[in-house]
Amino acid sequence: MLTDTSTLAETDPHTSRAGQLATELLKDGAPPAGIVGKVDVAATQKPDRMAWVEELFAVRDAKDQQAFAAIFGHFAPRVKAFLMKSGASPDLAEEVAQEVMATLWRKAHLFDPAKASVSTWIFTIARNRRIDILRKQRRPEPEDLPWGPEAEPDQEDVLALQQESKQLAEALAALPDKQKDLIVRAYYGDLTHSEIAEQTGLPLGTIKSRIRLALERLRHQMK
Amino acid sequence: MNEIKHHLTDALLMGYSAGTLPEGFNLVVATHISMCDECRARMYEFDTVGGAVMDAEAPANVSDESLAATLEMIAADQDAGHEDIAPRPARTGLFPSPLQDYVGGDLDAVKWRKVGGGVRQALLKTDASASVRLLHIPAGTAVPDHGHRGTELTLVLQGAFKDEEDRFGAGDIEVATEELDHQPVAEDGLDCICLAATDAPLRFNSWIPRIAQPFLRI
Repeated sequence: MLTDTSTLAETDPHTSRAGQLATELLKDGAPPAGIVGKVDVAATQKPDRMAWVEELFAVRDAKDQQAFAAIFGHFAPRVKAFLMKSGASPDLAEEVAQEVMATLWRKAHLFDPAKASVSTWIFTIARNRRIDILRKQRRPEPEDLPWGPEAEPDQEDVLALQQESKQLAEALAALPDKQKDLIVRAYYGDLTHSEIAEQTGLPLGTIKSRIRLALERLRHQMK
Repeated sequence: MNEIKHHLTDALLMGYSAGTLPEGFNLVVATHISMCDECRARMYEFDTVGGAVMDAEAPANVSDESLAATLEMIAADQDAGHEDIAPRPARTGLFPSPLQDYVGGDLDAVKWRKVGGGVRQALLKTDASASVRLLHIPAGTAVPDHGHRGTELTLVLQGAFKDEEDRFGAGDIEVATEELDHQPVAEDGLDCICLAATDAPLRFNSWIPRIAQPFLRI
């Protein structure tokens, strides 16, 4: 496994680096890139409560391409689907999904498992790219906490946060369809509550109260 | 900092997390969150919901070359030496860093314009979906009575104001809808500095401010 780019520099400079990276990847026994798009959904679901944290740390600490390929296989198709539902064409959605995954590699050292699950973190990266590209807006972000990300976050905090994220996903999945549908639509992006009202034919007040009910139910589940 | 009593609504936090708010609203939300740990924690909750929504999504087909193309992008990027993105340093001064980014500095960098009655304002540049401005209201002074066609967010950065609803101190945010006609009055003591955003022009209730509205550009 490559650990830095200097390894690459010693080889033939005329060869495409991506080609080399991909070759290295195959040599190491990772699935060929070709199956990524047709990957079995069930096989990529992570039942453990530390979903994807280990793989992300392997990318951060060892630039581990097999771990990256695993994360890519699960998330790139979901980021692409998320962007397409927000109004991006399939081609643009795929390009942006690639950028999002490249950002994950570059910013892996900023991931804080005591603050976010991997799916939450990837969602925020994808959302910010969507605002930038589809909405052509700047995205003001809150300032970082003064104490910054901890080098060695407390293991109990990490477990608790990852566990809660998993519980929230289960609670969301267990919501009645009507409530879940509105939450999902709200996150797709270019739909305001009023636009959802137009699309579904439901009065705005009904939508707001259903979302409120859904949020109450999620909070109740988290207690 | 004094205790924050008026927080962001679920609808605003959800819109911020989903990325569907006007840019000017995002700025007010991000600035409030920078001052309010409670709303920061709630923002993480809403981001977690977003992650769960995305994760539960039926995956789209990604082309065969996609992983290799991404690795190529990463390799090119490392060549350019872009791989290290440092976290932002903690701010100094009155304005939280998202606001400093839009002002181009802290309070002393604001280009104020007089709008009458001792009140000064500075419009900040965002996209056209909402207008956002800083307001400087001398202690004890009233802002003209006004209603709104859309939603108005007012975040107090320094000092405090009172209106028909309540008292709003540093860090507090007032979310005013169409139904609210209010006349904020700055408290005695420190001059009141607010960050305010509207997604529709304000509607002033007395004749003179309505004439002045084109000059205020709000």
